[in-house]
Amino acid sequence: MSDLHIIYTLFAGSARLQRKRAYLTIAAIAWGTVAILMLLAFGEGLRRQLDKNRRSTGENLAVIWPSETSKPYKGLPAGRSIRPRVPDVEFIRDRMPELRAVHGEMQSFRIVVYGREVKNVRIIGTNWTYGESRKHYPQAGGRFFNADDEEQRRRVIFFGDDIAKDLFHDENPVGKTVMVANSPYLVIGVMQHKTQMGMYGGPDANHAVIPITTFRAQFGRERLNQLVITVEDPTEMKSELKKLNELLGPKFGYDPSDDRAMPTWDMVKSAETNKKILIGIQLFLGIVGALTLIIGGVGVANIMYAVVKERTREIGVKMALGAKRRWIIIPFVAEGLVYTLIGGALGITIATLIVAALSFVPIESNRVLSFLGRPTLSPMIGVATSGILGVIGLLAGYFPARRAASVDPAATLRYE
Amino acid sequence: MPIIEMRQIRKTYDTGKVKVDALKGVDLQIDKGEMVAIVGPSGSGKSTLMNLIGCLDTPSDGEYTLGGENVAGVTRDQLAEIRNRRVGFVFQNFNLLPHITSLENVEMPMLFGGLPVKDRRERATELLERVGLGERVDHKPTELSGGQMQRVAIARALAMNPDIILADEPTGNLDTTAGGDIMSLFTDLWKQGRTLVIITHDPALAQRASRVVEIRDGVVMRDHTN
Repeated sequence: MSDLHIIYTLFAGSARLQRKRAYLTIAAIAWGTVAILMLLAFGEGLRRQLDKNRRSTGENLAVIWPSETSKPYKGLPAGRSIRPRVPDVEFIRDRMPELRAVHGEMQSFRIVVYGREVKNVRIIGTNWTYGESRKHYPQAGGRFFNADDEEQRRRVIFFGDDIAKDLFHDENPVGKTVMVANSPYLVIGVMQHKTQMGMYGGPDANHAVIPITTFRAQFGRERLNQLVITVEDPTEMKSELKKLNELLGPKFGYDPSDDRAMPTWDMVKSAETNKKILIGIQLFLGIVGALTLIIGGVGVANIMYAVVKERTREIGVKMALGAKRRWIIIPFVAEGLVYTLIGGALGITIATLIVAALSFVPIESNRVLSFLGRPTLSPMIGVATSGILGVIGLLAGYFPARRAASVDPAATLRYE
Repeated sequence: MPIIEMRQIRKTYDTGKVKVDALKGVDLQIDKGEMVAIVGPSGSGKSTLMNLIGCLDTPSDGEYTLGGENVAGVTRDQLAEIRNRRVGFVFQNFNLLPHITSLENVEMPMLFGGLPVKDRRERATELLERVGLGERVDHKPTELSGGQMQRVAIARALAMNPDIILADEPTGNLDTTAGGDIMSLFTDLWKQGRTLVIITHDPALAQRASRVVEIRDGVVMRDHTN
């Protein structure tokens, strides 16, 4: 004859709540559960979407803007301009072969004409590795320019999807010829749509890209606006950037520790920061949800206190007949837990249905939604919510049960 | 052979502002097989005495042994166990659990006593038959008359075969006929060798007892055998 048997028999034999009370209590918990799950799901959706959008600029990437020195170096004064040129890309590639890719960028706003459409377009001249590093994936039927295009200085152009739409409307741009600053260029591809978080200069969808050699020849420019490097392993970004400055410092005459000479956007580092901010947001959403759920828990505790008061005589009788403290406490805790868990299960079901229904809402076409993403439930959210529910259920039953166990049988039994 | 032995029992209730001496040194000895009525006006301390005898409360001072077991400085759970094994309660207002059947009510002390389901069921059925409620095992207390409820309570009190049956105004809520039946049931139990302690106002019930102990102002005023 185990304790468990006694506790089960007492639990099964004790009076249940009035139906309405039970429903309301369960509904409060279900509501709290839906609230916490939806908030967490929203946070998770946001996290995934932002992560995806962040990657759309390129991964393991750093952008370097040659600027002015702020420290004197080897007798040279501060305030000197640092201007790498097109051949320096090759120089860096040679000296730092471990980098996945290095490319230089030059940019210029130029008039692009197609048929009756005339647009002022940001033209990027860059190396062919840009397509892969900066995720300029071509739509079906097109391509990004390649090493041959670059080497042979071909007049080929790759458009961002928005500007392509503005110029060509419903026509297929690939194979058409456009005039860029009065020179004909062959359109070889249009970028696949992407939602872009990080950008410099402007969104990729609004610019056009041509080989750096062609750019240099047509516009007569030599100095790079940006240098971009990508690494294989994100943890090496910091040391690679240091190495780069140690390589370029002596060459261009700046102190490698002068961070004003070559201002750098280390996307690996900013991704880490973003991650922390997102964890903060998720934590915040989780706390708001948990607070809502706690209100439900307070409801359960409240009901259980009322039940203890109602059953004071019953408890007194059981004690007089020889019930031990735990035989009084545990059935009450179990009852509170049961209400909480039924409410929780209901809430989880409702939230899952809502999330499933939301997955049918298209977000790609909506600019706001494509940034916010779509509420997503993860196993982690399930574990966290179940944990919180369990703790709340236990506490909501435990405190009233303690009150029950402190009932004085002598005082309750004698009078009506 | 004494079942109950009380020596200089005192009970003081501390209500914060005033201290109330409910019992001021009670000496009481009850032997096995006695049927003792404890009488006294309200406020005399007889309820307090009943709580102490029934181990629902512990004395502030003095010595109490129940069936040879010292009831002092034990934990609440141990006290519960003593109540379970040694005391069968019968209350004025029956104190049956309303949402379970007569049978389950009678089984309750045996559940706490750790008896297996089969034994519990057998003994509860047998006890209910003995108090004349063999037909009412599956009825809930709300479906029973006052007299029937009190009989269920008596069956419950007998369940663990306790050292004493402790009854508190057992006929107080019953009409004369039902009260008479219950009194006869008590007399039968006494004749079968049970020890009964009955707290009562009812002179008719007190008269049936073998011994009457009168409490007044927290002390035993009179103790005589009928």
